Amino acid sequence: MPDEPQPILQLNNVEASYGAVKAIRGVSLNVSPGSIVTVLGSNGAGKTTILKTISGILDPQKGSILFRNDKLEGRDPAWIVRQGLVHVPEGREIFPLLTVRENLLMGAYTRPVADRDAVAKDIEDVFAYFPILKERTHQPAGQLSGGQQQMLSISRALLAKPTMMLLDEPSLGLSPKLTTEIFEIIVRINRERGVTLLVVEQNAHIALKYADYGYVLEIGRIVMHDTCAALREKDDIKEFYLGVKEAGVREGRRWKKKKTWR
Amino acid sequence: MLQLLQLIVSGAAIGCIYALIALGFVLIYKATETVNFAQGDLMMIAGFLGLTAMTVAGLPFWLAFLLTIVAMALLGMGTERLVLRPLLGQPAFTFVMMTIGLGYLARGLVTMIPYWGTETHSLPVPYKDEVIWFGGEGKGLVVSVEHLVIILATVVLVALLYLFFRYTRLGIAMQATSQNQLAAFYMGIPVRRVNMLIWGLSSAICGVAGLLLAPITFVHANMGFVGLKAFPAAVVGGFGSIPGALVGGLIIGIVESLAGFYLPEGFKDIAAYVVVLVMLVVKPNGLFGDNLTKKV
Ligand SMILES: Nc1ncnc2c1ncn2[C@@H]1O[C@H](COP(=O)(O)OP(=O)(O)OP(=O)(O)O)[C@@H](O)[C@H]1O
Ligand SMILES: [Mg+2]
Repeated sequence: MPDEPQPILQLNNVEASYGAVKAIRGVSLNVSPGSIVTVLGSNGAGKTTILKTISGILDPQKGSILFRNDKLEGRDPAWIVRQGLVHVPEGREIFPLLTVRENLLMGAYTRPVADRDAVAKDIEDVFAYFPILKERTHQPAGQLSGGQQQMLSISRALLAKPTMMLLDEPSLGLSPKLTTEIFEIIVRINRERGVTLLVVEQNAHIALKYADYGYVLEIGRIVMHDTCAALREKDDIKEFYLGVKEAGVREGRRWKKKKTWR
Repeated sequence: MLQLLQLIVSGAAIGCIYALIALGFVLIYKATETVNFAQGDLMMIAGFLGLTAMTVAGLPFWLAFLLTIVAMALLGMGTERLVLRPLLGQPAFTFVMMTIGLGYLARGLVTMIPYWGTETHSLPVPYKDEVIWFGGEGKGLVVSVEHLVIILATVVLVALLYLFFRYTRLGIAMQATSQNQLAAFYMGIPVRRVNMLIWGLSSAICGVAGLLLAPITFVHANMGFVGLKAFPAAVVGGFGSIPGALVGGLIIGIVESLAGFYLPEGFKDIAAYVVVLVMLVVKPNGLFGDNLTKKV
């Protein structure tokens, strides 16, 4: 949905690199408020780099990033979190020795100290999405299973009261069943709280099923974008992304580029 | 029996000093994965600051104590901000060399300051040379007030630190930052400021150790060498936790005290290292070493 409402997040020709390695080249994308947008790409395509550039962990070399009416490039990550844009990183990145509750409290770090009671209530609210976390409230987060850690990572981000969340491969390392469960909750968070979502995934099956709009990223460039319904029908997508049977298992494979897109 | 108890109490007192310095090591190690070898020299600086506040400025002990601790916190934060933060991204080795260099610098500079100099000064604390008898004067256990103050102050400080790390937002954020710095950035925790505060805290704790130790060892430029015994204490404790540092310090202090009395001359000075060697063989991760590997 490119032109309709004013996008909540707008990337314009963004380039970012690690030293001499250019990881994303001229990426432009729009996210409408309240929608779920996905970026599909294989290993090393630059998905994580896009999200890190948005959340201020990396500074782009070129291009602009607009969140609502604020320019994000060159901003400090903490400032960006305070604007309501929170990143759920690849591989969960929980605080292993802190308890589940302390992890959640850290999610609320940017909120004013006076919010203490509201934060306590919000913790109860996120437990409604992931009841298993409530049972583990006082357990060190490092003792949770991978799936539970993913739940914690999402919950922790919710504690910041985001208007938009960036999710980096939430299906990573999860069983197909758990992947579906997590995506269903992600959709609920989107519908019930109106949180706009930008989800990057290798698992095209699941991402195209739940997202509204999708971008396809190949070696740092957007090569295609459309509604997910339309993407699901494209031959290229079927061949390169949906052809894989097993879902959610990470492999070291790179997609061979047999023909040029567009 | 009384003799043994006597030795244990005085060993525990010195052990508390080791524990506090070890705590300083551990805090910085956990936050930055590097070791600050200037820890003992920070202690020495605190001794001189306290001395100056009391003798030159004529302040009462408690006020001199408070001011010194505040000054030490600022010194720690300033060192992090001005000297060490620019090294961010360099290998840990660079950082360690820098702290060793800073230690030398501190010892050298102190001897150039007119009143401080190369002499040995005595810190005029109000409880100097007093003793308390437990179980009857002349026959019971005699404890010097200096030792008692060290033990009590350490207990109070460690309890406060425990509460701070357990219950305050900043304390939890300090732990979070040292466990997973990248995630702390993602959560909007001001990582650099938190690290600077950890340096301030670590330096302030060394300040307390310096002021507690000063009445016993006197204040002099090489006072910080006890830091060399605090390092083994941190290793024995597993280099990772507050209880570890405390227990490690106490073990080293008490073993040293007993070795000094029961073993031939010279054993006292190597006792700490013998304990570490035994520990590294028996339990390489230290008593409280966590087996959860750190990320990032
Ligand atoms: N810290 C880094 N230093 C140097 N190069 C990096 C770094 N991180 C990523 N890259 C490179 O940038 C490119 C894009 O990496 P990125 O992590 O964004 O890929 P990705 O799409 O998230 O892959 P994956 O699905 O494996 O997570 C890759 O070529 C990668 O090798
Ligand atoms: Mg990635």
